[in-house]
Amino acid sequence: MTDQSTRPHDPRDLEHYATLLENAHREKGISLWKDAWRRLRRNKASMVSLVFLVLLSLSALLTPLLPLQSPVEQHLGDGTFQPPGMTAAHLPLLELRQEYDETIAELDARLDAAETAQQRSELEDELESIVLNSPFERYWNKPGPITRLMIRFRISLFGNWSVPSICGTDNLGRDVFSRLFWGARVSLVVGIVATLVSLLIGVSYGATAGYLGGRVDRIMMRIVDIFYSVPFIFVVIFLITILDEPSIKASLEQFGIDRITIFYFLIGAIYWLTMARVVRGQIISLKNEQFIEAARTIGASRARIIFRHLIPNVMGIVIVYLTLTIPAVMRFEAFLSFLGIGVAPPDVSWGLLVNEGLQDITPIKIYWWSVTFSGLALAMTLFALSFLGDGLRDALDPRMKNR
Amino acid sequence: MLRFFLKRLGWMILTVWIVYTVSFFLMRAVPGGPFASEKKIDDAIKRNIEARYKMDRPLYEQYFSHLWSTVQFDFGPSFRLEDYTVNEVIAQGFPVSASLGIFAMVFALTLGMTAGVVSAVRRNSPYDVSFMMLATIGIAVPNFVLASVAVVIFVFMWPLFPAAGWGQLNQIILPALCLGAPFAGYIARLTRTGMLEVLTSDYIRTAYAKGLSTRQVVMRHAMRGGMLPVVSYLGPATAGILTGSLVLERIFALPGMGSHFIEAALTRDYTLCMGMVLIYTVLLFVMNTLVDLSYSIIDPRVDLEDQA
Repeated sequence: MTDQSTRPHDPRDLEHYATLLENAHREKGISLWKDAWRRLRRNKASMVSLVFLVLLSLSALLTPLLPLQSPVEQHLGDGTFQPPGMTAAHLPLLELRQEYDETIAELDARLDAAETAQQRSELEDELESIVLNSPFERYWNKPGPITRLMIRFRISLFGNWSVPSICGTDNLGRDVFSRLFWGARVSLVVGIVATLVSLLIGVSYGATAGYLGGRVDRIMMRIVDIFYSVPFIFVVIFLITILDEPSIKASLEQFGIDRITIFYFLIGAIYWLTMARVVRGQIISLKNEQFIEAARTIGASRARIIFRHLIPNVMGIVIVYLTLTIPAVMRFEAFLSFLGIGVAPPDVSWGLLVNEGLQDITPIKIYWWSVTFSGLALAMTLFALSFLGDGLRDALDPRMKNR
Repeated sequence: MLRFFLKRLGWMILTVWIVYTVSFFLMRAVPGGPFASEKKIDDAIKRNIEARYKMDRPLYEQYFSHLWSTVQFDFGPSFRLEDYTVNEVIAQGFPVSASLGIFAMVFALTLGMTAGVVSAVRRNSPYDVSFMMLATIGIAVPNFVLASVAVVIFVFMWPLFPAAGWGQLNQIILPALCLGAPFAGYIARLTRTGMLEVLTSDYIRTAYAKGLSTRQVVMRHAMRGGMLPVVSYLGPATAGILTGSLVLERIFALPGMGSHFIEAALTRDYTLCMGMVLIYTVLLFVMNTLVDLSYSIIDPRVDLEDQA
């Protein structure tokens, strides 16, 4: 060492250091996430689940584009309780769309030509009633503007063809296969949104308690303890009962809050407790870790410590709990819908489908398909989510590292 | 010990009071009050309710008078069922739900623990793999799906059990099995993990070195330590069984608290709903206290004072 320092300008040494530096730059550290991904990829069950879930989310997202039968159109009489088969109900979708577009165009033209204000308002009323009774409203349940566009595109894409009733039809002759897809949308959205609500509350609450520590921490965690001993499911059912009171419902709907929105927040508000505890524990143990100390020693700012060192380390466990909370929330939604206090018809969700399917089973005749396919869809999704959650936990948990 | 109970009692009173207050004011927050807005309500019930809730008095007075009767476990008349008080409905439903819950719990414990111990002792054997597969299925499949499938198979296709009803032993078996299945799955997993941890510890090696048989070591030495995670799971399991009973009582048409509660929620029987929420809160608290108590008995190192 001393030898080298006495002749610092030796060109060979400089060269040597330069190559060393270059090598060091080329050497890529494996980030926490890459490492976790590498381990997750080795876990077959998790990867199968991941692929399944990605496919499921994609098809739920793109449901209006798929050539499915109408989820709400009823075929009473011969159409009810059709066993799984290849019969398809033929809706003249192309013709319906054309007729609708022509009527609208004609009315628009008349509206432009209208002279008196009275004529104008009459025409507007007529236009509105036609829009409300459009084939889109009749064959799909309350489609939004984007959904409408997608359905139009689907009609151009597939014409009048739709997938036959490969999962049979239910007691009102509605296609079970199509209802499964539309139900997936509601079930998944409830699962994800409610979980995000719980994430937001849980992480901020837990991080605050953990970071502040001391008496604030004790009081905040005591509150969580109290909440833990409240049977929330019963309280939520009670709350839904009250919020379902017609007068309250009407005033809530004025603010654009429908039953499903209430749902997100109620469910999200129960499931934050565990998240808060986990995040708090993690923050407390990380706060005193040596790498945080080291970062502080080399002069890292507080913001840098929080965002570069604390948050990424908490993210792992948060993601694990996220994947474990989603199935819990979905199960709860299905549970409430099953009992008839959750998602209400004409909306569809998997819990509701299982409930309807179960009612189709009578001692006289077992119409097994409705309950079987919806139960299977629900069970497989929950399965995949819990496998993925377990896999992620193994991949991200530092204690499992290199084992 | 006494301090533990007193502390717990204090927390319970606080929790129940919070639940009571929130529900009371929510109930009254319904515009015009749930008692005024309903047209269909029977006159006799309405008179009872109005007398009971002292509707002509100011709100705080109503709150305290209702609180006082609630403290005496008098929940007042039902809002929908004429001639029934909330207490009567609960008294009718409780024995049904309690026996269903106890059956389910016993089933979950015996099956789960047996499977867990066998899996741990015969690690990586076909038993282990298949038990853990079953446990995962039991946990992931929601109990109403399980119950639906069970009804299709064991009631209609292969009529072993009656579809519904209450009073005979064979009417309780299927609901209790379906109710207990997810918890059996969890308990099997917990037992396996706990046992695996214990079986590698030093005192087990010592026990083997003394020349005890595997059976003796497992049953007398390992079980006690391996059971700890299971015991601490019993609290959440009780809560889960209470919740699960809502669904199963409905599927199998059992006249328990769960079906009364759902019925009350669907018909907006506020008083019954509120009374039941309070009862469930107390029930959960008592069960959790019992679980913590038994935990300290099994593991003497656990200090009850810290648990309170």
